[in-house]
Amino acid sequence: MSLFNLFEIAGGALTAQSQRLNTVASNMANADSMTGPDGKPYRAKQVVFSSVPIAGGAASSVRVTGVTEDKSPFKQVYNPQHPLADKQGYVSLPNVNVVDEMVNMISASRSYQNNVEVMNTAKTLLLKTLQLGS
Amino acid sequence: MANELDNALQFHAEALNLRALRQQLLASNIANGDTPGYKARDIDFSKALEDALTGRVSSAQLARTASGHLPPAQTAQTGQAGQATGNLLYRQVLQPSLDGNTVDMDVERAQFAENAIHYEANLMFINSQLKSLLAAIQG
Repeated sequence: MSLFNLFEIAGGALTAQSQRLNTVASNMANADSMTGPDGKPYRAKQVVFSSVPIAGGAASSVRVTGVTEDKSPFKQVYNPQHPLADKQGYVSLPNVNVVDEMVNMISASRSYQNNVEVMNTAKTLLLKTLQLGS
Repeated sequence: MANELDNALQFHAEALNLRALRQQLLASNIANGDTPGYKARDIDFSKALEDALTGRVSSAQLARTASGHLPPAQTAQTGQAGQATGNLLYRQVLQPSLDGNTVDMDVERAQFAENAIHYEANLMFINSQLKSLLAAIQG
């Protein structure tokens, strides 16, 4: 029954998008974290999506294959009074771009909604198919 | 008699199968809306239905001209729906994105809704056909 595959496809997308939302939340929460467990400022994280074919069909779902760290340089702010300031008086702030993260968040939540809609449609169609002939 | 019943319902059954397959493809397009490099796919429904009804091998598959040739794996596994997968096409995109993704969410959503309605219409046709058959039997 190929309509059941819709749940697998949309379900995979929901998982992937919620993982993306998680990453966005982590980035936003740590937008001002000047030290992490390694003593360095927080680095922005991004998820990597890739499509995975599902069994017995031409369609494919989506999965997060990895989380990469943003390699761009930290923001430098001149603040000599700060305890974490270097010799020149600069403090390193995380390389999180809050505007980018907001856009990412909206995009992820819209994609999530889209896939919920797909699941709802699949459910309706399957229920109607079950009532066939009654 | 059973064969005639089969024939009466065959058209809508094939159409329903293909609608389900197409729904799957559109769902995977929507699911992969943010996957870099993903190419949106679809089938030419009327052509696929014609092929399914005539039992024709689609042009994308190799014909078996000798008994030693192996059957195409997809057709062997999934029957008619597998035959349609030979007809998979790539969507022509109007506004290509920089990451190589060709999913246009508006198009996909519209097609998804349309296909769902067609699926329901198909179910209705089968239902009414069954009803008239029942009426013929019960008098």
